[in-house]
Amino acid sequence: MSGGVDSAVAAARAAEAGHDVTGVHLALSKNPQSYRTGARGCCTVEDSRDARRAADVIGIPFYVWDMAEEFDREVVQDFVAEYAAGRTPNPCLRCNEKIKFAAVLDRAIALGFDAVATGHHVRMLDGRLRRSVDLAKDQSYVLAVLTSEQLAHSLFPLGDCTKDEVRAEADRRGLAVAAKPDSHDICFIADGDTAGFLNGRLGSEEGPIVDTDGAVVGTHSGAHAYTVGQRKGLNLGGAVDRRYVLSIEPVNNTVTVGPRDALEVDEIIGERPVWNGRAPSSVPFEATVQLRAHGEVHACRARERDGALVIELDAPATGVAAGQAAVLYDDDIVLASATIAATSRRAATAV
Amino acid sequence: MPMPRRARVCPPAGVAATGSAREGGSNRLSPRGPGRGGGWGTCTVDLPLAMVYFDHAATTPLRPAVLDVLTEEFGRLGNASSLHGAGRGARRVVEEAREAIAESLGCTPNEVVFTSGGTEADNLAVKGLYWARSAADPARRRILVGAAEHHAVLDPARWLADHQGAVYEELPVDPSGQVRPETLRAAIERDPADVALVSVQWANNEVGTVQPIAELAAIAGDHGIPFHTDAVQAVGAEPVDFAGAGVAALTLTGHKVGGPVGAGALLLARGVDPVPVLHGGGQEREVRSGTLTTPLLRGFATAVRSAVGERVDHAARLRALRADLVDAVSAAVPDVVVNGHPDQRLPGIANLTFPGCEGDALLMLLDARGIECSTGSACSAGVSQASHVLLAMGCPPEAARGSLRFSLGHGSTHADIAELADAIGPAVQRARAALDHRR
Repeated sequence: MSGGVDSAVAAARAAEAGHDVTGVHLALSKNPQSYRTGARGCCTVEDSRDARRAADVIGIPFYVWDMAEEFDREVVQDFVAEYAAGRTPNPCLRCNEKIKFAAVLDRAIALGFDAVATGHHVRMLDGRLRRSVDLAKDQSYVLAVLTSEQLAHSLFPLGDCTKDEVRAEADRRGLAVAAKPDSHDICFIADGDTAGFLNGRLGSEEGPIVDTDGAVVGTHSGAHAYTVGQRKGLNLGGAVDRRYVLSIEPVNNTVTVGPRDALEVDEIIGERPVWNGRAPSSVPFEATVQLRAHGEVHACRARERDGALVIELDAPATGVAAGQAAVLYDDDIVLASATIAATSRRAATAV
Repeated sequence: MPMPRRARVCPPAGVAATGSAREGGSNRLSPRGPGRGGGWGTCTVDLPLAMVYFDHAATTPLRPAVLDVLTEEFGRLGNASSLHGAGRGARRVVEEAREAIAESLGCTPNEVVFTSGGTEADNLAVKGLYWARSAADPARRRILVGAAEHHAVLDPARWLADHQGAVYEELPVDPSGQVRPETLRAAIERDPADVALVSVQWANNEVGTVQPIAELAAIAGDHGIPFHTDAVQAVGAEPVDFAGAGVAALTLTGHKVGGPVGAGALLLARGVDPVPVLHGGGQEREVRSGTLTTPLLRGFATAVRSAVGERVDHAARLRALRADLVDAVSAAVPDVVVNGHPDQRLPGIANLTFPGCEGDALLMLLDARGIECSTGSACSAGVSQASHVLLAMGCPPEAARGSLRFSLGHGSTHADIAELADAIGPAVQRARAALDHRR
């Protein structure tokens, strides 16, 4: 229970469905608090109080679980390392994969619980993950990484209704968080300044911005502040045509830019695929693929090859960043998820 | 005086009620019985839920006699500072309360300064004495506090160091939790002229260790240094005699002895005049301001008088129960470690380390069985910390995190202990499995 409206209503629904529910709020921050040696951070004090109050109203026990060490190790450090390697991670996905449905679930099972229920907007039908009926709030993209074992111990009570309906229900249930604003930012970067956070962890060293011919066209103030597909903030001056970030090479601290069409890719290699909607297939099959959170879907043909997921898009896509997830769907059913490792443009075929 | 068990205790609905459903393990999501949920249940005198309460050191049930006087007094009008008849009536109640507390604790009525509770009294002692002593002589900057003090003492002292130029110095405790007299003597004698005050609790709230207070106070007294003691846990359990102990200031609170929450006192020896923390009407010796809470103070005094009067029998009963509890838990969990002093300790507190467990996991599992105990202090977000008390006693951090406090009081029975004896073994097994997962 994060202290937000979704998890509060999810808990209420789970309790009402007859489950023996215990509310758990995760303490994920290690910010020191003065006067209490070893105290955990209290960036979450207010959220924790909101969650506790919601549990009171629902009538379930409530505890705070300290997952700060696991969160730092599995999510924050991974986030920094991914940027250091020139990739663009999705920390919410990682938190689901490693914390909520791993560390928390393992602990819960050991303590005698059967499942973790969350307020994610996603449905599960016949053990298969499906998009929420509220496509604008759908979170299947960041949950598709869960294995069938993890899903077998997961409950998502909110997938069959819209966010507006969740808020209205929270209000009806007397939950004070009914009108609490949605959270958008990365939870461990409180001020929303991701570049500043990364500078603090990785340092910032000026380096060249080059075009596809290797010609230096500008200077950047730290390669990890950039994301593939980015156009704003390059400060290349008016002389250069519109340029987009094509790639980031941390080793030689170089950002490569080019025209929009150089961003276009139609072949994607995904590492560590997780299959949950269908059996792995080395024979190409038709599907749709989503390549970033809240991104559009692309028609594709996909197959597994040497343990990797190979995705061929019917039409080129832009802004596909290594480190993000490629999630395959059949309509609204999740089929597989993999981490984007490489992208390319197939040799142009004669028309 | 026996207390009706569980009178007017009102847990959240669904906490104690789910005990049996959780016992089996795999049926964690089993259907709940009717009538649960729906927020906090209505309070009833006879709670139908079986609840085993081992957290009397946090707060203990209100005494029926106290409830009677509270009910009566809340129905009366009058501000004890008013000059008219209603005011005089309230003043009389307050002064009778003051006299009762003085008589019970070996001080004069003038030495009783009423506060809102223990935290306020500790703040007044630490901050107020520091300000007064350093104002009189700027060389007095050093605050000596026991390393195992309650946060209500530690945090004001650290705040003074961070913001007011104080020098914060912890007096180490030995593995039993005691501040040795020679430790205090050596700390003072390094430079007696720069010590503003000394604060060492009478008895520890987490492990129950009782300090050699008279001896410690005498050492401070030899150098003319005021000695404060937090006796919140000691009153009603140990023979607390203010004059006999020779301390300059002593903290107590009502709700640990069956009085209401929100009333406490700082006993202040004559001539010990801290700078106020709360400024205003100067109601209490010009040292503490705020309208006197006549009903609460009457209830507080009633509770203190009863607790002190019953102390010897009560302590003997708790000692026997505690021995029973430790034996029962040791039988179920042979490697359990008992923390604190072997005999100089409060009769009703058992602090136990369960190797290989996290205390908060154990607490949750016991709570699900309707058995209520405590880990160390929790931060405001509710995360359990490794107890600074156990760490100060030399306990390794992992062991400290695997410790629980069981505290007994009025209403505790051998049947409660039997329930704990049944529950603790399986709970420890699960908590160990959960911790193994994390490693």
